[in-house]
Amino acid sequence: MADETLDAKGLNCPLPILKAKKALKELDSGQTLEILATDPGSVKDFEAFCRTTGNKMVETEEGDGLYRFVIERVA
Amino acid sequence: MAEADLNNAKRMTIICTKGTLDWAYPPFILGTTAAAMDVEVTMFFTFYGLGLLEKDLDLKVSPLGNPAMEMPMMGMHMGMPNLVGMLPGVTGGATAMMKNMIKKKGVASIEELREAAVLSDVRMIACQMTLDLFEKKKEDMIDGIEIGGAATWMESALKSDINLYM
Repeated sequence: MADETLDAKGLNCPLPILKAKKALKELDSGQTLEILATDPGSVKDFEAFCRTTGNKMVETEEGDGLYRFVIERVA
Repeated sequence: MAEADLNNAKRMTIICTKGTLDWAYPPFILGTTAAAMDVEVTMFFTFYGLGLLEKDLDLKVSPLGNPAMEMPMMGMHMGMPNLVGMLPGVTGGATAMMKNMIKKKGVASIEELREAAVLSDVRMIACQMTLDLFEKKKEDMIDGIEIGGAATWMESALKSDINLYM
């Protein structure tokens, strides 16, 4: 169970990333953020976001046009 | 010897030269995304790009001289002949149509992206020369911006990993 959930359904690039960054800032190191998105581009974008910022992608899941990511705040 | 700069963060600058609704997107999308990815971003607004810093935005898009601008209409994609694009009211109509699509598709508005840029500490510089040239005042612009010139951008650009001109 993630510590916080961000509903980014219906939002297009770059809003899911911008909102996720904002939500991650509110978390302590080690806490997790669950993101729900419908933007197919968010799959590649969140992977790139995690590789670049050092945050950790803990879970990814997709089905029925819905994408779910769980990111752990590292730094 | 100049003061040492010990900050090793990645940096990016963008020169924003265009002020239409469509051209406002690339710099604000990349600027805000880079900031979200811990990049220090400097945006330099010059010529028509300066308008993107004005308090009240009323950005427009015109099909005139832009054969690539096709809108989804009646199940297909339609461009507009220049002869029609020049008629009064067409720019307003095309702008309304574009804004409607932006909303429907969950695309951020420029106001939203600019607000995100401000909140994520993107450094925004209004070109002094353009302010003079177009007789605009700092009071017409949003809060939190700086005013500077080519050398101000150059100093940032020399320390940056990415420099873009849009």
